[in-house]
Amino acid sequence: MSFLSDVIAATFRNATPLVYGTVGETYCERAGILNLGIEGTMYAGAFYGFLVAETTGSLLLGLVAAIAVGVGAGALMGVLTVSFGTNQHVAGLGTTLFLIGAAEFVNRLQYRGSQEQATIDPFGTIDVFGIEALSQYALTYVAFLVVVPLAWWVLMRTTLGLNIRAVGENPEAADAAGVSVARTRYLALIIGGALMGLGGAFFTLAALGSFTLGIIAGRGWVCIALVIFGRWRIGRGVLGALLFAGVYALQLRLRLLPALSDVPFELLLALPYVVVIVALAVSGRNVSYPGAYLKPYRRA
Amino acid sequence: MIGVRLEARAAPARWFDLAVAPIAIAVTFVLTMGFVLAAGASPLEAYDTFIVEPLTSRYTGLEVLVAATPLLFTGAAVAIAFRAGYWNIGAEGQLLVGAIAAAWAGTVVEDLPRVLAIATMAGLGALGGAVWALGPALMRVYLGVDEVVTTLLLNPVALLIVTGLLNGPWRNPETHFPESERISANAEFPQILSDSRVHLGFVLALAIIVAAWFVLARTATGLRLRAIGLSPEGARFAGIGVERLLLQAALVSGAIAGVAGASEVAGISYQLTDGISSGFGYTGIVVATLGGLTMPGVVIAALFLGDLVVGADSAGFELGVPSQLADIVKGVLLLVLIALLVFRHYRVSLRRAQGRGRS
Repeated sequence: MSFLSDVIAATFRNATPLVYGTVGETYCERAGILNLGIEGTMYAGAFYGFLVAETTGSLLLGLVAAIAVGVGAGALMGVLTVSFGTNQHVAGLGTTLFLIGAAEFVNRLQYRGSQEQATIDPFGTIDVFGIEALSQYALTYVAFLVVVPLAWWVLMRTTLGLNIRAVGENPEAADAAGVSVARTRYLALIIGGALMGLGGAFFTLAALGSFTLGIIAGRGWVCIALVIFGRWRIGRGVLGALLFAGVYALQLRLRLLPALSDVPFELLLALPYVVVIVALAVSGRNVSYPGAYLKPYRRA
Repeated sequence: MIGVRLEARAAPARWFDLAVAPIAIAVTFVLTMGFVLAAGASPLEAYDTFIVEPLTSRYTGLEVLVAATPLLFTGAAVAIAFRAGYWNIGAEGQLLVGAIAAAWAGTVVEDLPRVLAIATMAGLGALGGAVWALGPALMRVYLGVDEVVTTLLLNPVALLIVTGLLNGPWRNPETHFPESERISANAEFPQILSDSRVHLGFVLALAIIVAAWFVLARTATGLRLRAIGLSPEGARFAGIGVERLLLQAALVSGAIAGVAGASEVAGISYQLTDGISSGFGYTGIVVATLGGLTMPGVVIAALFLGDLVVGADSAGFELGVPSQLADIVKGVLLLVLIALLVFRHYRVSLRRAQGRGRS
């Protein structure tokens, strides 16, 4: 096992949930909605995906459940921020609070009294000519080879994508051009939510095979940072995810070296947040937020 | 086809401000009933255990005050910032940095008289919180960077600093647990009632809230603060120094959240642990919103949520309803509230939809 291929393999593995989350969040934000429900949506995807897989014995049904929960979470954000036009950040935080609370509640109901941690046989990795760096979960291949190109193509090359970008930049103009702002924003939130749910399910259905409390551990917030880091471009966001996952994979291995064992790894974990905040400070007023970011739309 | 439309009200409805919180609570209970039923309990019994029972004994009644203490601080902190139109959602991080500062202070003040030691704890907590709030505030005021994202992203950073300290330099050398050294006895907030955990922090929180109420409701500064929250451009036109005031509101908000951290360290745990805050900063947003961003409202809302937290713990034992129901109720309550608040400025009208019938 060579060090390099091991790090490369771990990088793509660690980046997978971030890629789903970042692409999902990009869709929401390009439509003008900051979806802070992402942390809770990934959490719910991880939990309900596991719950369904564990009770039915089918990993695929687990994936379907995670997507369904993500769709539901996106629709909930839609009701709040599109139909009611509430504060997006408060709505997102409330959604996260609710989804995490609900998942932990059901978790307690379902698994209380059981002595052992419930586990499932997770998805295995796909063997490609025995090359270690290519031995990845199917969900990782789907993320990089299907979701990313498809999401980019839809957003940049189709009418739907154009509409999403239009309602996020200038909803008045989009409305005047006959695009339903509400319907388009709902759609973006639902697509985004589905991807976030999948990202969460990656942990329980592929990487770990079990559910533990606090499993998302702030990765939803990392995705929020990555979207801004990528300046609302899918490609750059994915690059950011790979960068973060690569540094993370590297530090896990370097920590084993005696000379570096005293460097607190929390410093590295804090890196993506700090980098984004510094980047925001440096670009200042030049950060090109989507034009209708944080703004509800109502016809005058 | 009949369409549902939201129409702007000429003026906010007065009756609404008083009615919205009780209505939201009632709606929340209806919406969360399914979880109680799923746990095999009767909703009425569960809400009785949740809300009423904690108030029926001295011990649990005082525990409500203990649970409400950090929420009084964070609720006030969030309310002050939100009033000024500064969306500080970083109270969680500010609280944690305040807790770090206080945990450090608690280990170096052993030679000071008790009053000074306690004042140092609270002061450094406030300083820590304000320092953590400073960056996003400066970026908002001078660089025009939206504070929602920056204040939010600093929360996980603060938590990582806490765990980094506890797993590294501050790890307890004897037990090897991730807990900091115990603060010296003279730095502890004294209990203010016998046989209870209610401590000085509760009084401190109320004092801060009274002071904040006075400033907000009775001084020109309070009026200006509200003015910049309602319309920064209008306030600027009226000659108000918007930047300076915004900066002040953000720092005061951070400082109060920081004192919450100091209060938990000095009054409850006597050391820094990674569980020092169970989401108090985020719950502060619920408290501030439920309290209508007013100080009397914050007090009532914090006591209500404290009641809920204490009740949730006993409901877990007595009825087999997992205590996470409190988190569900918090989240749903916040969502129902902000949805209802739309009707403060809009009213629903049913009318024949015109044109394409879309909204």
